[in-house]
Amino acid sequence: MSTDALPSRSEVEDLLYNEAALLDDWRLEEWLELLTEDAIYQVPPTDVPEGDSRNTLFIIADDAVRIRSRVKQLLGKFAWAENPHSRTRRMISNVRVLGSEGENILVTANFAVYRMRYESVDTYIGHYEYKLRRADKALKIRERRAILDNEALRPHGKISFIL
Amino acid sequence: MNRAAESFIIDDQEAGLFRVNRRAFTDPECLAEERRRIFDKCWIYVGHESEVPHAGDYRSRNVAGRPLILVRGDDSTVRVLQNTCTHRGAMVCRQKSGNAKTFQCPYHAWTYNSRGQLVGVPSEDSYSDAFKRDDMALAAPPQVDNYRGFIFACFDRSAESLYDYLAGAREYLDLVADQSEMGMKIVAGQQSYSARANWKLLVENSYDGYHGLPTHQRYFGFLTETGIDFKTRDMTAPPRQKAVDLGNGHAVVEAVAAWGRPIARWVPPFGENTKAHFEEVRRRFDQRFGAERARRICETSRNLGIFPNLVINDIMAITVRTFFPVSPDYMEVNAWSLAPIEESAEDSALRLDNFLTFLGPGGFATPDDVEMLESCQRGFANREVAWSDISRGMKREHPAVTDELQMRAFWRQWNRMMTEPQAGNVRRVA
Repeated sequence: MSTDALPSRSEVEDLLYNEAALLDDWRLEEWLELLTEDAIYQVPPTDVPEGDSRNTLFIIADDAVRIRSRVKQLLGKFAWAENPHSRTRRMISNVRVLGSEGENILVTANFAVYRMRYESVDTYIGHYEYKLRRADKALKIRERRAILDNEALRPHGKISFIL
Repeated sequence: MNRAAESFIIDDQEAGLFRVNRRAFTDPECLAEERRRIFDKCWIYVGHESEVPHAGDYRSRNVAGRPLILVRGDDSTVRVLQNTCTHRGAMVCRQKSGNAKTFQCPYHAWTYNSRGQLVGVPSEDSYSDAFKRDDMALAAPPQVDNYRGFIFACFDRSAESLYDYLAGAREYLDLVADQSEMGMKIVAGQQSYSARANWKLLVENSYDGYHGLPTHQRYFGFLTETGIDFKTRDMTAPPRQKAVDLGNGHAVVEAVAAWGRPIARWVPPFGENTKAHFEEVRRRFDQRFGAERARRICETSRNLGIFPNLVINDIMAITVRTFFPVSPDYMEVNAWSLAPIEESAEDSALRLDNFLTFLGPGGFATPDDVEMLESCQRGFANREVAWSDISRGMKREHPAVTDELQMRAFWRQWNRMMTEPQAGNVRRVA
């Protein structure tokens, strides 16, 4: 794929900002529509941020089936860690379109995600590595990897919402 | 210290009532006593020998409130060293892991070898003849020992041996260690998390069979969606399920698994193409151990608590989990995946996948556990409600995994250690 086929940064930003808004608003069914049918969502462990989920214990390594189940659980009433829902606010910045790899468009962006719950504020800092696909006209998310700079989930305790 | 001598538990075996005073979860003085009476006296898990496979490999980690170094020396011996320069205190190892011939203190460049011996002191001629390098080696816990790869340290030199300390827990560590013919290993990737809750709430939770359905309903829903029919398993009558007091505060619950197990209980989500492989693994276990033990290793799940703060849950994968209190209402948790060294890439991927469905701070269960523990801790602010009830199954001849025998085993030992007279405090060791 030649570089002129890459999406512009503003087109990618529109996608990522829209995604952030849907997640912050708990519009998770609509968020699923941004993903390809075979999407994956990963959060590597804080001590092996570049690891491979096939041989490294991740925090989250969802295939498409688990992503959809995760959303269904989060929107149900028995995901106690998110019932009542946390408030979250995502700051997405430093968006870069790095190039392509086969059909995948490689994108990175920095994030600061604040989670407010029971009057505590927990901050998740890191960067995303996205693999996007062009499907018809729209950009879709084939892979999203949230790589934490936090050295541990402390004092957060968990990643119970979609990071 | 009169207060610490008061019992924290009501243990009425005749009536069948067991209560724990919630001060055990909230009182800063109680935590200070726990550090002295529990964490300075018990054998405490430090790490697994597979984490330092080669000479010079090291891991630095906090254990029982102390920064320690787990290191395999140039003589291949695994040691636990206390990470503080004997000169003026700086930490001599400031990396989380690596391989080193020496540890050099960055402050004044004192240098220790991988056995902890002091081998370099700049301008050593400035010291008197009384200064001896041999006196200034890195400190080490007075007792360090290894049971089937699990390395423990004890800061009490008069404590019983690790072998005796583990008591009935050895049988269950064996059921885990026997899953490999070459040895088990800690898989790369540490889950480092926390909970805004007292550490003993996680002890209780880690082998609590009663909370499974209400707390983890969403996980069981997920299992059903993926084609696992856990309701058909036969859970009637022991020994298909049991809770056992293993002595010294250790306890276990064991039951036929509701889920698939990498070794070796096949379920549909693993894929039809893996079925023959699972059957082959199972045959191998039958040959090694006989049908009965093979069935136990492969088909039952175990939630094992080793007093005071090591959990080995051999369930849909094997997690090794240890945790330490930072304050009465906050703990730090570290968890790992344990697997056979010889496991193939495909089996390893399947194991990790199965691990993450339930376990860990992003799984479909652990976050809800953390939520419940934190909820308990906030609830404890109602000081008028002074006691928690842990009486379940107390009058039953064969307590079930959904009873609370395992927690009573922990609390009895904890209470004994927290309230026994401490002659050691007045005796001075020469």
